[in-house]
Amino acid sequence: MRLSWYPATLVERRAETPTVATLVLRVPGWPGHLPGQHVDVRLTAEDGYSTQRSYSLAAPDHGAVLEITVQALGDGEVSPFLVEGLVVGDPVELRGPVGGWFVWSPVSVAGLVDRVLLVAGGSGVVPLMAMVRARHEAGSTVPMRLVYSVRTPADVIYADELDRLAKEDDGLEVLLVHTREAPPGSGRPAGRLSADELATLAWPPADDVRAYVCGPTAFVDAAAAGLVRAGYHDAAIRTERFGGE
Amino acid sequence: MGIVTPGFRGRRSEEAAELPPGQYLTSDFPVLSAGPTPQVDLDTWTFTVTTEGYEQTTWTWEDLLALPQEHPTVDLHCVTRWSKLGTTWTGVSLDVLLEDVETAADFVLVHSYGGYTTNLPLEDLLDGQAWIVHELEGDPLPSAHGGPARLLVPHLYLWKSAKWVSGLDLLTEDEPGFWEQLGYHEYGDPWREQRYSGD
Ligand SMILES: Cc1cc2nc3c(=O)[nH]c(=O)nc-3n(C[C@H](O)[C@H](O)[C@H](O)COP(=O)(O)OP(=O)(O)OC[C@H]3O[C@@H](n4cnc5c(N)ncnc54)[C@H](O)[C@@H]3O)c2cc1C
Repeated sequence: MRLSWYPATLVERRAETPTVATLVLRVPGWPGHLPGQHVDVRLTAEDGYSTQRSYSLAAPDHGAVLEITVQALGDGEVSPFLVEGLVVGDPVELRGPVGGWFVWSPVSVAGLVDRVLLVAGGSGVVPLMAMVRARHEAGSTVPMRLVYSVRTPADVIYADELDRLAKEDDGLEVLLVHTREAPPGSGRPAGRLSADELATLAWPPADDVRAYVCGPTAFVDAAAAGLVRAGYHDAAIRTERFGGE
Repeated sequence: MGIVTPGFRGRRSEEAAELPPGQYLTSDFPVLSAGPTPQVDLDTWTFTVTTEGYEQTTWTWEDLLALPQEHPTVDLHCVTRWSKLGTTWTGVSLDVLLEDVETAADFVLVHSYGGYTTNLPLEDLLDGQAWIVHELEGDPLPSAHGGPARLLVPHLYLWKSAKWVSGLDLLTEDEPGFWEQLGYHEYGDPWREQRYSGD
């Protein structure tokens, strides 16, 4: 089985925050994927120069229509182009699905993992959102708690949808942690998510809890170490590191 | 050539020519692992080679440091597409560690603290191609990068260079490791862009 490159066409762009956009791509022949998996995106310039980056799939499998959510990094080669430069109708190439470890789906683990803890830093929420959405679409009641660290209230990706799902979906909790600027009336002053605080926001470690931690590398390292200190077993924690310092 | 995306120019670097296909240069040292970083105690650290006949040879931390040390300067290529050039390590060549081990095995399954495994042909560990390293740029290897000690096999994608290494099983039949079972390539040559199974 070889992962092949698929031609993809941008069919819709949704602004999520001032620096983040969701790209909806039509990919004929897409073989399907699990929540948590990612694709490799390849961009080729007119002179043949090409480069690739990985992007998590933001939605569960919906056939030939895929969603990725990209954060523009100021000096980045690819992400600012995807967020601002790509126009509806433009082609790119995709390869995948990639990654069989950082996955959760409401079907495959029934009875094995009873509670799912999601810990996101910034754009690390993307593959976790695919899990939240998969749970919603399946009508699953598996307890799921998302601890989501963002800089400011304006940086919350999927803000309205998370708000709505947290109200509508039984057993889904969304806990926002603001690092630079807290919303008015928030009881918590803005500041980094410390290991101690994470220990209070996470469920106490238990055999039926599995944690998925995703975001910039430094965030993932700190959060995963925090969970270990709180008593989580290594084997109960799955991580996806997006890179960066 | 792939499908051209209008308006995309990209940023070409001078060094691009030295890099394997699909890689880009970074000066950071990103981290890729499947879970949290295990904490390994030097007092109880061991490295064990187990042959196909279950003969074991074990080195303690002191044993490792007492062996001849080398200082390879190598380029690293991660399957997540970054490459980092000219990193200098300190460690013991696998040629030294395997010198007195009697084996007819062709394959190796590498084990790590924390349960990670990866597989590769034995010949890729020999002839000055691989080390058990414990220093990076002259400092003790940070745990995030695989300390106290990791395998270093720089001619293959970095997931083959198992962090927190605890031992090698010498096998007569190939056995897939952690990422290899999850669809990554069984060999992982960056110059042939062997990222995923079947590449
Ligand atoms: C498995 C996987 C899944 C990913 N999923 C997503 C996703 O869903 N959404 C998304 O926006 N990104 C995701 N990324 C990150 C993405 O692949 C790119 O690394 C990112 O978009 C930067 O690419 P660039 O070309 O714009 O920047 P580059 O030109 O490659 O880098 C520019 C600068 O940004 C720094 N940098 C690179 N990556 C990051 C980062 N993640 N955070 C902070 N600084 C960084 C670099 O060190 C460099 O200094 C994922 C990465 C991996 C490995």
